[in-house]
Amino acid sequence: MGKKKEKKELNEKVDVEAVEIEDDTWWWLTHKGIGATFLCISVFALLVRVAVSLHPYSGAGSPPKFGDYEAQRHWMEITLNLPVLEWYRNSTGNDLSYWGLDYPPLTAYQSYFHGLFLRFFDPDSVSLFTSRGYETYVGKLLMRWTVLSSDTLIFFPAIFYFAFVYHSSCHSSRKNDCAWHIAMLLLNPCLILIDHGHFQYNCISLGLTVAAIAAILSQRELLASCLFTLALSHKQMSVYYAPAFFSHLLGKCLRRKNPIHGVAKLGLTVLGTFTVVWWPYLHSTDALLGVLSRLAPFERGIYEDYVANFWCTSSVIIKWKRLFSVHSLKFISLTATVLTCLPSMVQQVMAPSSRGFLYGLLNSSFAFYLFSFQVHEKSILLPLLPASLLALEERRPFKWLMFYGLFSMFPLLCRDKLVLPYFALHALFMLLYHAPCGHGGRPRNARPNNTKFDYFDSFKTFMNGFIYLSSFILHIVYLTMHPPEKFPYLFEAIIMLICFYQFALFAFYTNVKQWSLLEHSTTEEEKKLI
Amino acid sequence: MESSSSTPQLLWFFAIAVCVKLLLIPAYHSTDFEVHRHWLALTHSLPLSNWYADETSPWTLDYPPFFACFERFLSIFAHYIDPQIVDLHNGLNYRANSAIYFLRISVILSDLWLLYGVYRLTKNADVKRRNLIWVLIVWSPALVMVDHLHFQYNGFLLGWLLLSISFLQEGKDLMGGFLFAVLLCFKHLFAVAAPVYFVYLLRHYCWEGLFRGFSRLSVLGAVVVAVFAAAYGPFLYHGQIQQVFNRMFPFGRGLCHAYWAPNFWVFYIILDKVFSFFLKKFGFSIQIPAASFTGGLVGDSSPFAVLPKISPSTTLIMVLLALSPCFIKAWTNPQPRMVARWIAYAYTCGFLFGWHVHEKASLHFVIPLAIVAVQSLEDAKHYFMLSIVSCYSLFPLLYEAQEYPIKVLLLLLHSILMWLGFSTKFTRASAPNTMVTAKKKGAQSKSIESSSPAAEKGGFTIGWVGKSYLLGLLLVEIWGQFLHPYLLGDKFPFVPLMLISTYCAFGIMYSWIWQLRWIISTT
Repeated sequence: MGKKKEKKELNEKVDVEAVEIEDDTWWWLTHKGIGATFLCISVFALLVRVAVSLHPYSGAGSPPKFGDYEAQRHWMEITLNLPVLEWYRNSTGNDLSYWGLDYPPLTAYQSYFHGLFLRFFDPDSVSLFTSRGYETYVGKLLMRWTVLSSDTLIFFPAIFYFAFVYHSSCHSSRKNDCAWHIAMLLLNPCLILIDHGHFQYNCISLGLTVAAIAAILSQRELLASCLFTLALSHKQMSVYYAPAFFSHLLGKCLRRKNPIHGVAKLGLTVLGTFTVVWWPYLHSTDALLGVLSRLAPFERGIYEDYVANFWCTSSVIIKWKRLFSVHSLKFISLTATVLTCLPSMVQQVMAPSSRGFLYGLLNSSFAFYLFSFQVHEKSILLPLLPASLLALEERRPFKWLMFYGLFSMFPLLCRDKLVLPYFALHALFMLLYHAPCGHGGRPRNARPNNTKFDYFDSFKTFMNGFIYLSSFILHIVYLTMHPPEKFPYLFEAIIMLICFYQFALFAFYTNVKQWSLLEHSTTEEEKKLI
Repeated sequence: MESSSSTPQLLWFFAIAVCVKLLLIPAYHSTDFEVHRHWLALTHSLPLSNWYADETSPWTLDYPPFFACFERFLSIFAHYIDPQIVDLHNGLNYRANSAIYFLRISVILSDLWLLYGVYRLTKNADVKRRNLIWVLIVWSPALVMVDHLHFQYNGFLLGWLLLSISFLQEGKDLMGGFLFAVLLCFKHLFAVAAPVYFVYLLRHYCWEGLFRGFSRLSVLGAVVVAVFAAAYGPFLYHGQIQQVFNRMFPFGRGLCHAYWAPNFWVFYIILDKVFSFFLKKFGFSIQIPAASFTGGLVGDSSPFAVLPKISPSTTLIMVLLALSPCFIKAWTNPQPRMVARWIAYAYTCGFLFGWHVHEKASLHFVIPLAIVAVQSLEDAKHYFMLSIVSCYSLFPLLYEAQEYPIKVLLLLLHSILMWLGFSTKFTRASAPNTMVTAKKKGAQSKSIESSSPAAEKGGFTIGWVGKSYLLGLLLVEIWGQFLHPYLLGDKFPFVPLMLISTYCAFGIMYSWIWQLRWIISTT
């Protein structure tokens, strides 16, 4: 480890010089300060989002169930036309078997406001019952614009807040780095494809989470817990991050003079926020339980489709669904998730630090992605977010994760007819990552010449190259060839296997990384970060 | 080292643009898409002698022969992709994904020629200047709007023009002239700059003593004649030459296009309206012409109530008159470094005073001017205004709601990039010791920043006139998009468009005067 560290430092040193020499390429973009840089990159990111939204969405023109687009539109219809208490209840006006609302109340409120917007311009698009499968030019456009505006109003400011805090406190970083980092955060191809292609509102809950993270980095814990509670009330999937938030805040409180006071303050903030958001459903236990049961659809089984997590991958050998009942599977998956979260939580309770917190987010979200109940392909967005926040420190792993994250969603995006944006955004990401004189595109000779031939390194490079190549070929095979009739999902299964292998490796690596922070946390880290 | 690392960087800029253009494939395209698809079918299925005689579709071939050959070349690949694209009869209005993808990607790939032109122009420029030029041309929002949304091949054609300019700037006049002749055989609208080329080449290339001059003149003449012979010879052989010219120069089109290009004639029309309004008030009987400009396309009858009718020859004389200062300069002092300005100026004159000008023609001078935009602070200020105005004047091309955010964001991004780029270039350039060795620069950057108030003063700012003009642009847009439909409903649907052309015409007129002044004042 120590040797590696040394090597890395040497690397950095040489890099600093290399960058200063070639600083000119991006000097014009960054010299006006972070605000102007952010403005420029965010306008470009918006343009890309609008361009992606020209493409089809999930379930376009495919009755009777359509897809996520219809689900979101249907929620607007429901929330707009029915009283609050009926939103989550089966009734004559609300058929829960047709895209019933299964996200927490903040999503419902958001649907209500977006519904108002749609009704103002196109009343037919949200009228009760008659609007099912409504897909006119104007209707589609308005729906797309609701996602765009949510992105602009929530995700972008949150990223700005984060970039501002991160680059003013954590590092005396170079301006080029900052611009590169903002580009990586705003042009995350997976997020753009799912929100603006497939059609969802992940930008809202992820944006709230980023804002909460930024608040933690700037020592505003109450604000952070409030924001994270909002994120949780928008999408229950935000719970993937909960262990990290919990352990980091607990660890910090424990180090104060009066730990109980700190914990109580945070607890009250969380409870208060929950109360406000869930207010309409708090009058009776029935209503509350009704909503909660909608949020946890255990009857859908431990996994769906071909998601690259542990349960789905191992089901090639062990038929979980046949061996265990749903109830025992719930218990097993919960135990597995908690066990995988535990190391990173313990680390944060022992030595809470900003950097450790970001790693903790990554580790806990990976634990959930790999081991929890009912995971979607899209859930890879959750581990990807902290990975992109850490992109400056974990450059190559970040690229690696983005590549396989995208790859794991490839079958889904193919179903949505988003192949062209998939490749275009993939290419755009790689180009930005390797921007001239930015960080990915560092000239090779900037590295110190390692005269010693390292067998392990070359083996690793070979393996990585081999898997990269095979996944590239798989893309083409998936698009051009039909699987054998006996195994209609052969290609999906192979993609899943490769991605699971990579994700598991990655999760292991980041866990080790987080624990290695502990070794020298007391000296320089404290000085630097807290 | 710089020149060796410049190619990958330029390719990087281009590749970023390609990604965005690929994403824009499903966006709106105009009837020009069907025009070009039909030309593919036409050149693929008919023999050369029938290219200009065919009447299967109203979109008859009206570009010069080289462009037809270009379409013929593309049709070979189109045939492999999907034979129906190039089917003369079954392919009419064919809009399958295969056709859209093929044609869109052909535009994206043909932009490589523009890229080569830019590469040749900037290969000897210093890093900062080069990067800015790339941003201005390779990421030009106007080109994206016209070529990749509206659908045309301007990038490819401008590539020839830029290549020609790059050769002229290097002093390789013969090659420059040859490339320009080729360009004319691709699209004859570029001929506006031909007189400037003629004067410049005659003086700079041929004016070297009697014998040598004469031999050079004959070489140049032979090259140009050879190009034209290669283009038109086959049609002459088939006896089709008259038909070719009939198609290329359709008479009976009006002074202005349906949507007025923001040029001089806008003022003329407005003046006519104002006169007729006041004369009627004072009791004169004025015949309001049936074919009014607000109604759309104009036929043969005079559209003016009071002012004299304008004929194509009048516009020609006006263009030549406007060009005359440039002729004099090019004759008295032919300098390679001024060539780009002169050519851009010629296209500006053609745009302002020409007959039946399309708004898209503003590309012909905005793109070449990008080369000189980074030369001085004055240039940068002028280009900043011109580029925004000309891009904004293209907005009515994309009138559907779906593309609205795209065009706005494109213009916004372009303005921000220009503002950032120019202000860096010219704050730093005026600070002392900018050309210090690279290593010191990192350490010095802070001190330059802190000591820059003096430099800021001379830095990139647009005065209050410019600012209020740009603000007015915003108001015009808000009026046209939101207030007009809200307040007046469907009444006077032409007013927003008229406002845009009139308002942008001021900007283009300003640019013309500015260029004219520059040309006259430089020695």
